[in-house]
Amino acid sequence: MTRLTTEALIIDIPGRASGVPLNLVIEPGQVWGVLGPNGVGKTTLLHTLAGLWEPRSGQLLLDGTPLGDIRRKTVSQQMGLVFQDRQDGFPATVLETALIGRHPWLLPWQMESGEDLAIAERALEALDAIHLKDRLVNTLSGGERQRVAIATLMTQSPEIWLLDEPTNHLDLQHQTAVMKLLRQQAACDRAVFMCLHDLNLAARWCDQILLLYPDGQACWGPARDMLVTSALESLFGQRLLSAELDGFPVFVPG
Amino acid sequence: MPISSPYKPLLVLLLAGFLAALLSVGIGSTAIGFEDTLRVITGSGTELQKTLILELRLPRTLSAFATGGLLAVAGALMQVLLRNPLADPYVLGLSGGAAVGALLAMLAGVGGFLVSGSAFAGAMLATLLVFGLAHGSGSWTPSRLLLTGVVVAAGWGAIITLILSMTPASRLPGMLYWLMGDLSHAATPWPGLIILVLVCLMVFPLGRALNVLARGSLQAAALGVSVRPLEWSIYLMASLLTATAVTMAGSVGFVGLVVPHMLRLVLGNDQRLILPACALAGGTLLVLADTLARVVIAPEQLPVGVITALIGVPTFLYLLYRSR
Repeated sequence: MTRLTTEALIIDIPGRASGVPLNLVIEPGQVWGVLGPNGVGKTTLLHTLAGLWEPRSGQLLLDGTPLGDIRRKTVSQQMGLVFQDRQDGFPATVLETALIGRHPWLLPWQMESGEDLAIAERALEALDAIHLKDRLVNTLSGGERQRVAIATLMTQSPEIWLLDEPTNHLDLQHQTAVMKLLRQQAACDRAVFMCLHDLNLAARWCDQILLLYPDGQACWGPARDMLVTSALESLFGQRLLSAELDGFPVFVPG
Repeated sequence: MPISSPYKPLLVLLLAGFLAALLSVGIGSTAIGFEDTLRVITGSGTELQKTLILELRLPRTLSAFATGGLLAVAGALMQVLLRNPLADPYVLGLSGGAAVGALLAMLAGVGGFLVSGSAFAGAMLATLLVFGLAHGSGSWTPSRLLLTGVVVAAGWGAIITLILSMTPASRLPGMLYWLMGDLSHAATPWPGLIILVLVCLMVFPLGRALNVLARGSLQAAALGVSVRPLEWSIYLMASLLTATAVTMAGSVGFVGLVVPHMLRLVLGNDQRLILPACALAGGTLLVLADTLARVVIAPEQLPVGVITALIGVPTFLYLLYRSR
């Protein structure tokens, strides 16, 4: 159970005004969705939360301790990130790729044990990628690579899951499977915080929403309160029609 | 990565290195048979055989082994650092800096130790230059680092040509041999061997972090690797290895590029296996190449760099052609 708090956080996007400081409390059990148009700083925000990018001002607290005061290795046991793009400089198999998620948990000279292997294989199974385990990552399709990346995060098994557009490249059934998996993780008292492009996925699966506007404005809160047609229309500069299906709002361009 | 027996390939390579060394000390102006060689090593044999092997051939064989191992490990480290299979101490201009140092010392007419020291200083200067410039005001990106290295290497090449064109003809042969790589002036193999063993011991605990770093610096940072200190230590280690190798044997090309490549194709990409394997295979390769260099046109000797390039170029092209 780990809580990530931001205090008056302003992310650093060169050449842009600071805008509204973020005071977020990301609690165990919550599933957050970040919505906003392209280039608004969703990825920068995720990298800042993960401690990979210095904020312009404000600070991040992991269970009350400033992130900078915690050893990188300890942070990576608590918090993990699925990147939007990945580089594979040298060919590696799917299983090897998932196994790097164990890195924060092993001592420098320790080899991966049978237990680490089992954790990685379980994660690949959960992401429907176990049949690919001996394939080279660079021969996979975009959707398969995305699932391997999420399996790597699951192998890392942090308390806070940060994901940059986890449904990218995924077909409909895998989108749903991944979202269900993330909800399950939240049900086990982990926190999930992801950038999304699909309003309907956010409406269906997230309970907390952060809206990021191009001018630096931001608002956040429970999904019910945030997913209001007028707010989303001004966010994307696009007229929207909405309806309710099975108790969840659905949005389509009008 | 889980390998059923990670040490088996290393044992095979160790055996190959040992056999290559036996072959190398046995072959020469006076051929010494396998059994006689073993007898000398275990402490018996004739006086002549003892002198030949223990005082003349064995130090040179060990120097060749150390040089090859150092260069191969340096190349493998730089490839991980730059996430680019093309990286190699030569491509990045480290050996160019060393060559300029050595040639300037030779031009000044000093000998032996000062040439080595000057080569070492040149390699370290080249290191600082490339990394300082590539860092600039922004961040280290692998492509920027590689590009800086390539351009700086071209600069060293021009300075080398300039020095050669200003040198009196009588001193040219020594310089040319140095530039092509030559083990006949290697004074003692021990510093090189000791550094090689030390670095192999050091990189073992770093191996998994290097595997993670190969996936990109952000991914590595997200998995708890302290990226900047790790990158600096890899670069310093690779520079030290290269400088030591170049100091012993001049510029020997292609070992740092070809050996890690061949091993990656066969053994995969776990740096914990690849780095010690590079030390053994690079050493073995250079022992064999040096043996060839000694015997092909005996009693004359060829520069070993010529042999490694002649073997290295076609091997590399073949591997490249066959992959994918």
